[in-house]
Amino acid sequence: MDKTTNILIVDDYKTMLRIIRNLLRQIDFHNVDEATDGAEALIKLRTGNYGLIISDWNMQPMTGLQLLQEVRADARLKHIPFIMVTAESKAENVVAAKQAGVSNYIVKPFNAETLREKIEKVLAHA
Amino acid sequence: MPSNGPEFDRLCLALRQRFSEIGTRYPHVAPEMVAEVVEAVLSIMGGVISAHDAVLLTELKDLGSTIAKAKAEIAALRVEEIAASHIPAATDELDAIVQHTAAATEAILESCEKLDGLADKLASKYATVLQSATTRIFEACSFQDITGQRISKVVATLKTIEARIAHIVATVGMANMTPEAPAVSGQQVANSSGPSLPSLENGPPLPGAAMDQSDIDRLLASIESGSD
Repeated sequence: MDKTTNILIVDDYKTMLRIIRNLLRQIDFHNVDEATDGAEALIKLRTGNYGLIISDWNMQPMTGLQLLQEVRADARLKHIPFIMVTAESKAENVVAAKQAGVSNYIVKPFNAETLREKIEKVLAHA
Repeated sequence: MPSNGPEFDRLCLALRQRFSEIGTRYPHVAPEMVAEVVEAVLSIMGGVISAHDAVLLTELKDLGSTIAKAKAEIAALRVEEIAASHIPAATDELDAIVQHTAAATEAILESCEKLDGLADKLASKYATVLQSATTRIFEACSFQDITGQRISKVVATLKTIEARIAHIVATVGMANMTPEAPAVSGQQVANSSGPSLPSLENGPPLPGAAMDQSDIDRLLASIESGSD
C-alpha cells in the first residue's frame, strides 16, 4: 500500500475532518488535504493531484453522492478511488453509491482499522 | 299518512314533544292556537323550508357546536404557548447541547493531538501504548458527528410541529379565545392538514435498526459479483 498517496477528505463538519485526518495519520497516511464542501473539493481535485477521495455523504449544498457523480463524469478525475463515509447505512443509499461508482463505503462510527482496511482494498484495485 | 322515512318520523316525534312542552308551559293556550300559528308561519314561508331543509339546518347547527367545542378544546391546550415558547426553548436547548459537545470534542481532540505528538519522543513500547490510546480517543470523538445529526433531526421535527401548530391556530381562528375545555386529543391534531412532518428515517439510524459495516460489505460484494 502506497502510504504517500495524496488523500482529499471532504466533510462539511470540521470536527469530523480533524478526526479523519488524525486517524489517517495514525495509520501512516500523512499527505492529507481537506475540503469542507463539494464545490471546494472539485476545485482542489481539478488543480491538484490526488490518489484517493474520502467523502461524507450528508453535505450541503452538494451531497457526497453528487460529488461522486461529478468526479466520475470528469475524464481527468474518474479514475480516482472514492470512499464514502457516512451514517446513511440504508441499502438503497449503498446501491445508489455503488451505481454511481463508489469504490467503498464506510459506516459511521468507524475505527482506524476499518479505515485502513478499506483504503488498502481500494488502492490495491486502483 | 304515508311515512317519509326515519327522518320524517323523527321530526314528527320531536314536534309532538315540543307541542307537549308548550302545552305544559302555557296551559291556557289551546293546541289548536299553536297549530294556527304554525300554519300561518308556514304559509308565509311558502314552503321554503322542507323537512329535509330542517334536517340540514339541524345538522349545521350541530356542526357549528362541534367546531366551537373543538376551538375551545384547542384553546385549552394553549397551543400558542407551545409554538411561541416551549418548542423554541426546546430547540435552543438542543442547539446548546450540540455547541457544548462540539466545543468539548474540539478540546479533547486538541489535547489528544498534543499527546500524540509526544509519541515520537518516547521509547517504542510506550509510544505504541500512547498511540493506541489516542487512536481510540479519535475514534470515540466521532460520537459528536452522530449525536449532532441525531439532534438536528429532532430539531427539524420540533420546528415542523411548531409550524403545524401555527397552521392549526390560523385555521381555527383562535385569536382572543380563552381556554375553557380539557385537552384535545393528539389524534385531532395529527389528522389536521398542514406542513408534513419530516421523516426521522434520514441520518444516523438507531442502534440495531440498520445495516452495520459487515452488512454493507456483504451488500457491496453481492453487487460486485452480480456485475462481474
